[in-house]
Amino acid sequence: MLDIKNLKASVEGKDILKGLDLQVKAGEVHAIMGPNGSGKSTLSQVLAGRDTFQVDGGSVTWDGQDLLAMPIEERARAGLFLAFQYPVEIPGVSNAYFLKAAVNAIRKHRGLPEFDAMDFLTRVKAEMKAVGMKEEFLYRAVNEGFSGGEKKRNEVLQMALLEPRLAILDETDSGLDIDALKVVADGVNRLRSPDRALIVITHYQRLLDYIVPDHVHVLSQGRIVRSGGRELALELEEKGYGWIGDAGEIHAAPPAAGGAQ
Amino acid sequence: MKTATPARKIDSFLDQEYSAGFETLLEADTLPKGLSEDVIRVISAKKGEPEFLLEWRLEAYRRWLTMTAPKWAAVDFPDIDFQDIVYYSAPKKKDGPKSLDEVDPELLKTFEKLGVPLHERARLAGVAVDAVFDSVSVATTFQKELGEHGIIFCSFSEAVKTHPELIRQYLGTVVPPSDNFYAALNSAVFSDGSFVFIPKGVKCPMELSTYFRINARDTGQFERTLIIAEEGASVSYLEGCTAPMRDENQLHAAVVELIALDDAKIKYSTVQNWYPGDKDGIGGIYNFVTKRGDCRGARSHISWTQVETGSAITWKYPSVILRGDDSVGDFHSVALSNHRQQADTGTKMIHMGRNTKSTILSKGISAGRGSNTFRGLVRISPKAEGARNYTQCDSLLIGDQCAAHTFPTIEARNPTAHVEHEATTSRIGEDQLFYAMQRGLTAEDAVSMIVNGFCREVFKELPMEFAVEAQKLLGVSLEGSIG
Ligand SMILES: Nc1ncnc2c1ncn2[C@@H]1O[C@H](COP(=O)(O)OP(=O)(O)OP(=O)(O)O)[C@@H](O)[C@H]1O
Ligand SMILES: [Mg+2]
Repeated sequence: MLDIKNLKASVEGKDILKGLDLQVKAGEVHAIMGPNGSGKSTLSQVLAGRDTFQVDGGSVTWDGQDLLAMPIEERARAGLFLAFQYPVEIPGVSNAYFLKAAVNAIRKHRGLPEFDAMDFLTRVKAEMKAVGMKEEFLYRAVNEGFSGGEKKRNEVLQMALLEPRLAILDETDSGLDIDALKVVADGVNRLRSPDRALIVITHYQRLLDYIVPDHVHVLSQGRIVRSGGRELALELEEKGYGWIGDAGEIHAAPPAAGGAQ
Repeated sequence: MKTATPARKIDSFLDQEYSAGFETLLEADTLPKGLSEDVIRVISAKKGEPEFLLEWRLEAYRRWLTMTAPKWAAVDFPDIDFQDIVYYSAPKKKDGPKSLDEVDPELLKTFEKLGVPLHERARLAGVAVDAVFDSVSVATTFQKELGEHGIIFCSFSEAVKTHPELIRQYLGTVVPPSDNFYAALNSAVFSDGSFVFIPKGVKCPMELSTYFRINARDTGQFERTLIIAEEGASVSYLEGCTAPMRDENQLHAAVVELIALDDAKIKYSTVQNWYPGDKDGIGGIYNFVTKRGDCRGARSHISWTQVETGSAITWKYPSVILRGDDSVGDFHSVALSNHRQQADTGTKMIHMGRNTKSTILSKGISAGRGSNTFRGLVRISPKAEGARNYTQCDSLLIGDQCAAHTFPTIEARNPTAHVEHEATTSRIGEDQLFYAMQRGLTAEDAVSMIVNGFCREVFKELPMEFAVEAQKLLGVSLEGSIG
């Protein structure tokens, strides 16, 4: 489904991704872990098409297509969804309006009839219930004044509504209380299906108790330096990032700090 | 007459004789370019106006000759040659249409393109339309139905003929000819416009609407609108304006006067999308308008709502004089300037009565190389015990070559006055666009969504159909502002 080869990206002349390889197949769940500033959010935003990052080399193929050549909204319409580490506030635009516009843009692209106001409300209210959001959030401005946890729930709500084929969750679990964490995990698990894939970026192996990954990768200094199964996450939790290969390049935190924000 | 800038041109103009005499002028459908007492006499004669009105025009003209064009607005444009303008132009017609069937089908087609619902659709929609095509009002619908309520809604020229006493009583009482350069010019040469009279105690049963359209080449438009709501009366009036593409800049200097007596309410809404000129600022309308409401009676209420997306240059300050005790004035505005448009708008709230209250809500959007200036004046006179004003000015910038300026002025001469001012400036961020586009929206949709959100508080004040139109307009006007 997604094939990233030797991807290099920079911002303002600073190299961040330095030759990253990753393959994601339909039905798989990949977890990406790694120290602060290692390039996890950069990777997710480059995949989503943010042009503040410059792609300096490598390729990304999405269902045989050149993903990097697609405009941002085309990637979204093709089913790529990014749950933002820092969801953006849009004052003046109601959440309901925003969600409906997004859902309909994507439905239209998929050849489905657009939701009218009633269909949409029925659908969105059901999903809000599932992620534990009160209805009032429909009528507030997008993310404006939402608490950290509320913003993250709103991301999960959008993911559920847009039914992406590949969802990238960038630290959606950070700053969540344990109940909210279960809500997020639940949302993700409901989405899991043989034709969908997920990339879960996290600092905490705890999330992976709920969302069991098929693969775990460690991103460090702009590269995937280690890949393994579920047990890699446990090992990281225990030992931190310091012990992982690529020695010399890594001046990561001491073991005890692993998983800290 | 010797000192004013335009006067110099006028002097030289007066030296030359009209090649065509007064009589020929009277037969022409379009007068030659230029302005003189003769031209004014012709305009007045063509309209069959009573003597008092001709005198009033001439008086205004003489005043105008002594005045200079204002230069203080934050707009920049070449001097206007007032002798290079045609002051009267009428569409060709024989005896004037008696009903819609007699109206030139070409004209109707134009209105249809503009979305003016003249036919049965209008009836269903409950909108009465007084359509102004260049200088002459060509069709007025619903007069009869309104007449049953004692409401007068017709072209200004018609009102001059049928109700000269009302014209004489109210014309120029809110905006006197001496008020400013463009008001004086308008008073001298105004061609047509709308007249509304709502008698005592009557609530107008439908929205009244006028669509203005500037069409003939080099034709200055000088509309005159007068709306009077007697004691306890109320009316909602919509003004829509569109102009086709033109290469030369066209001058538009209208005057609108609103008068509300005791307990009366007038709501005046405008959606203005005159041709703003192209990307480089070529062409487009110059719009210099004097709009003022007079809350003459106690507990009267005048409310201006406007959405301005057009004109190359806009210079416009709808104002309210809060004369009656407990009267209320509102100003809700969205002004957008894109490319090289310049908008200098704002409002004045003049508090004179006790416990008067005003609200100013201004939303300025600048995109491209547009510049948007808001000027607000709140004046609380010594007698305006307990007066209150709330002003909110928000600016939204799209891109980094545009500008927004706010100049609030508060003159409080009564210690009990309560005046509050809030202002914000925000820029549509790259992060907001990326977020919306990651959800499948195009950049255009994302911008128009954010802009509409920004304007929502004002759109809320517009009648339904107008709100929809305003949203579409903003979308169209913002085309090409990003990317
Ligand atoms: N717009 C930018 N301008 C300059 N530097 C940037 C920009 N965006 C990211 N960086 C830098 O790129 C590096 C990688 O950042 P990124 O956000 O991808 O890290 P991360 O792995 O997601 O970290 P965290 O775990 O803290 O979220 C950091 O050093 C960061 O400061
Ligand atoms: Mg990050």
